[in-house]
Amino acid sequence: MSLKQKDLTGIASLSAEEIMQILETADSFKEVSGREIKKVPALRGKTVVNLFFEPSTRTRTSFELAAKRLSADVINFSPSNSSVVKGETLLDTARNIEAMQADIIVLRHSSAGAAETLARGVKSSVINAGDGWHEHPTQALLDLFTLREKKLEFRGLRVAIVGDVAHSRVARSNIYALTTLGADVRVVGPPTMMPACIERLGVKTFYDLDQGLQDVDVIMMLRLQLERQGRALFPTIREYSRLYGLTTERLKIAKPGALVMHPGPINRGVEIAPEIADGFSSVILDQVTNGVAVRMAVLYLLSGAGN
Amino acid sequence: MNASSTQTLLIQGGHVIDPGRINGIADVLIEQGKIAAVGANLTAQGKGKNGSVQIIDARHKLVLPGFVDLHVHFREPGFEYKETIKSGTAAAAAGGFTSVCCMPNTQPVNDSQAITEFILEKARIAGNARVYPVGAITKGSEGKELAEIGDLRRAGCVAISDDGQPVMNSLVMRRAMEYALAFDLPVIDHCEDLHLSEGGCMNEGVVSTQLGLQGVPAAAEDVMVSRNLALAELTGARLHLAHLSTAGSVRLVREAKARGIRVTAEACPHHFTLTEEAVRGFNTLAKMNPPLRAWDDVQAIKEGLRDGTIDVIATDHAPHATQEKLQDFAAAPNGIVGLETALSLTLVLVEEGVLTLESAVAKLTSAPARAFSLNAGTLASGVDADVVIVDPQETWEIDPARFRSKSRNTPFAGWKVKGRVHATLLGGRIVYESSEAC
Repeated sequence: MSLKQKDLTGIASLSAEEIMQILETADSFKEVSGREIKKVPALRGKTVVNLFFEPSTRTRTSFELAAKRLSADVINFSPSNSSVVKGETLLDTARNIEAMQADIIVLRHSSAGAAETLARGVKSSVINAGDGWHEHPTQALLDLFTLREKKLEFRGLRVAIVGDVAHSRVARSNIYALTTLGADVRVVGPPTMMPACIERLGVKTFYDLDQGLQDVDVIMMLRLQLERQGRALFPTIREYSRLYGLTTERLKIAKPGALVMHPGPINRGVEIAPEIADGFSSVILDQVTNGVAVRMAVLYLLSGAGN
Repeated sequence: MNASSTQTLLIQGGHVIDPGRINGIADVLIEQGKIAAVGANLTAQGKGKNGSVQIIDARHKLVLPGFVDLHVHFREPGFEYKETIKSGTAAAAAGGFTSVCCMPNTQPVNDSQAITEFILEKARIAGNARVYPVGAITKGSEGKELAEIGDLRRAGCVAISDDGQPVMNSLVMRRAMEYALAFDLPVIDHCEDLHLSEGGCMNEGVVSTQLGLQGVPAAAEDVMVSRNLALAELTGARLHLAHLSTAGSVRLVREAKARGIRVTAEACPHHFTLTEEAVRGFNTLAKMNPPLRAWDDVQAIKEGLRDGTIDVIATDHAPHATQEKLQDFAAAPNGIVGLETALSLTLVLVEEGVLTLESAVAKLTSAPARAFSLNAGTLASGVDADVVIVDPQETWEIDPARFRSKSRNTPFAGWKVKGRVHATLLGGRIVYESSEAC
């Protein structure tokens, strides 16, 4: 079993069948992480390079664990200790890594399209671990995996994505994934955080959180990316939190038993109240656990090891 | 500026178009580097210096005034790895352009007589095309203090512009327009509100949303077009608007012209040929400023060209080295080379019925010459014999490897196009011949 494509640069290029194939493969790998010896030999002799141009702890660690549990050799490569700071282009850096016979390059980059640019230039498989505001496909896949694990049907599932949609690769990947699988997706946030023509992506827009949460099955909160914005898209954190923060009161507007997700790291008390993050509705830590299984599945399918 | 030929030439039997003057089969006689006569059945009568006459058979070809491009970037001084005045003018000649206006965003910026003279000297040595420098509006194009515009004019600048660094301070722009009135110099603006466009790298719309790229809204251009028109009305200055890309701009200019404001406007082939869709796949060869816009904008640009709102077709020839365009999309520089593809892309407008052949030629010749008061773009008797001979039927594939330009950054590689420059004459001297020509 393998994917038709060499790379995973985004969800936008995946069919519903391919998405389901990845999730089903992840099922079998999740079991591995529960074992005493958390390792299978599926990628023995393969080399996975984590090429991270942006700081990231959880995604890089998750990929590293996934690769190690598949018995691959893993190298972590980040710009602070590479020649990137010396003006080498992304493509040259990647070609050097490829020349060391890397089978899979996992790329995190601050520029949208970096993964596609790289994928075109190297023979190694490229996995996009987040490129600018464009996509973060494994995040969306682990979100789907988590929903599926909670026995939710994608078709007709009503999902609210709340926050800074314009600057969120997590939002884009989830919009592509959920709409492809037939879910009813809405985005909620201030107009300053909604990208142009967002409804053309097949979602509804709400500027009012209370309205946006009506009858939803799932609430995906986005991180308020304070560090990324050079411009005030909102007046104050206080006002943002009052208008768009998820509180216990607001959670009651959603369907009973609605799930709350967050890609992390969370700003406690800003976009999400601590008691919700830690409460029974939250599946935030399930998402983290499932991230490893889903990334194992993606690494496995792209490596062609199943052939 | 360039040494003229003393050779007598007779271009026979071509379809001569000199916009507003001639449109039909005629001969063109060139003596001492000047147009001597245009008419039927001309004979040279052995007037050449050595009694020799070179006959050029132009049957089934178009014989046109050499093209005039109001907007090129030749990168010299400062960025000679992208283009030099020599390679840039060679590209111009290959594209049928005999007069080009080079923008001041070199390093250093052309804000002084010395740089202007340097450019003119380089152009004289190259001898491939007439180069008309455009001087900076403000010192260093920093948008603060006026450059020595009088000196620039005297040294040979034909217009002033801060180009990619548009003058954001409206008072500075007002003073520049007023001051330029003293010399009757056109003031060019690249209309972009730098606050609205900050960080943007493509058109703001559904494609930018899908790709997660920061967009530049059409309003970033419209706002500044509107400001500039108001200032032109206030000051009475000659305003020229560079590379219009939005439907809003076209509407504003149309209305301003109807009210009698002195404004001319240009559009680039890429803005009437491509939409933002070309960016998909993060194609850095489709990255330019102003960005490729939406389908409605492209239709509006065409309508503006058709009804005369847009006077001029200019290339915004912007060479960049291959490795620069190989960077990720946000990091890659803006712009594409255009001199060697402009004619063929303009002729598509004729095929589509947007422009008549004569009006298309006018937008490449007489109209730009008029906008900047250049003594070019015509085949009138006595003017320098800058002539381009075009085979309107030849189809060819755009191959950047064959460009005369130093740079290869075009989104049109591999396109099959129709209409090709057969030969280019500058002051009666052949400066370019396609391999099959003559």
